[in-house]
Amino acid sequence: MNINLTLIGQSITFALFVWFCMKYVWPPIMAALDERKTKIADGLAAAEKGQHEEELAKQRAAKTLKKAKDEAGEILAAAQKRATEIVEEAKGTARAEAERIVHSANAEIEQEVNRAREELRGKVVSLAVAGASKVLKREVDAKANEDLLKDLVAQL
Amino acid sequence: MASETVTSTGYIKHHLQNMTFGKHPDGHWGLAHSVNEAKEMGFWAIHVDTMFWSILLGVLFLWLFRKAAKQATSGQPSGVLNFAEWIVEFIDSSVRGSFTSKNNLVAPLALTVFVWVFLMNFMDLVPVDWLPSLAGWVGASMFGADPHHVYFRVVSTTDPNATIGMSLAVFGLMLFYSIKIKGIGGFTAELTMHPFHSHNKLVQLIFIPINFFLEFVSLIAKPISLALRLFGNMYAGEMIFILIALMFSASMTMQALGGVLQLGWAIFHILIITLQAFIFMTLTIVYMDMAHSEH
Repeated sequence: MNINLTLIGQSITFALFVWFCMKYVWPPIMAALDERKTKIADGLAAAEKGQHEEELAKQRAAKTLKKAKDEAGEILAAAQKRATEIVEEAKGTARAEAERIVHSANAEIEQEVNRAREELRGKVVSLAVAGASKVLKREVDAKANEDLLKDLVAQL
Repeated sequence: MASETVTSTGYIKHHLQNMTFGKHPDGHWGLAHSVNEAKEMGFWAIHVDTMFWSILLGVLFLWLFRKAAKQATSGQPSGVLNFAEWIVEFIDSSVRGSFTSKNNLVAPLALTVFVWVFLMNFMDLVPVDWLPSLAGWVGASMFGADPHHVYFRVVSTTDPNATIGMSLAVFGLMLFYSIKIKGIGGFTAELTMHPFHSHNKLVQLIFIPINFFLEFVSLIAKPISLALRLFGNMYAGEMIFILIALMFSASMTMQALGGVLQLGWAIFHILIITLQAFIFMTLTIVYMDMAHSEH
């Protein structure tokens, strides 16, 4: 246990080790640690941001979905309304058409009736004329008695 | 190695003697062959075993950590880097906790102190006879030396030269930074103006030598206590291992008891070697902090 040169040798060795450690060991490890710390912090921040964005996107999606549903509802309601309108319109048209058809049919019938009546009148006139001529045994001049015949026709 | 020819005292003395290389009184250089020869060499001798183990372990530490530093990446750490980072982070947090100024030297200093001292202390857990016996065998078979005169101590921190050497280096750094940060005037003032202070110039003049005496003692006490605490703990630990080893030369019961004791003490010693390395490191940081802080 003598104190000797070993003391100085140890001091020098120690100093050299510390120097080496300070120069080549500590800085790279510390740099890596610091870099990793930043990286992790960044990663965590990014994750948080991502989560926040996901939340926002979800809200946006929900909003869009709601809007789309509302719009669809509106469109459906409008379509329904339009359909009712069309049906009503069609009903109206159909009714009018039917009325028109009935009207024209009635008119035609009246026309036919009139025509038949006219025809009948004419026939009655000629029959009357024929009858009269038979009674008179001579020919009745239709032209001469036109005024008379017209009166007759009018009375029929 | 306690055979019939070696007494217990001789065995213990043998274990407590370093392998010393120096100048013999007759002028030639060589290894000391006995305790007295080593003593006669005086200051100009060197403990080969202390230097060998401390340098070997220091190089091992630096090699391991340099390897880790080379593969240091901000990505996923693995293997030796993981281990190195664990220690580096531990040291870094210790330094951040105790050292308030900014100095890039302190953290690597603390790391070196902690790991190096731990490794040197760790050699204490190797059974006390293994490496000295190996050295004795190598000395006898390769150099033709008498194995009883081949001294070999494997725990460098049980050599006061090693611990005082380290503490002196720390002390040198303390003085250097004290003067660098506070200036010679500031440092002198720190030594002479505390703890007694007076506004009266004459009274202050009387206080100066008293203050200097008190402060100087406390300044000198730092490196001495730093060195002797580590040395004392490790020396005592080694001594107990040697005493336990003595039991192996006695009866069967004593041998069995010795085995149990050795195991128990070794397990307990794991705590001590780590604790002593940690204390040495923490005190180094604290002393460096004191050197940096102004009163």
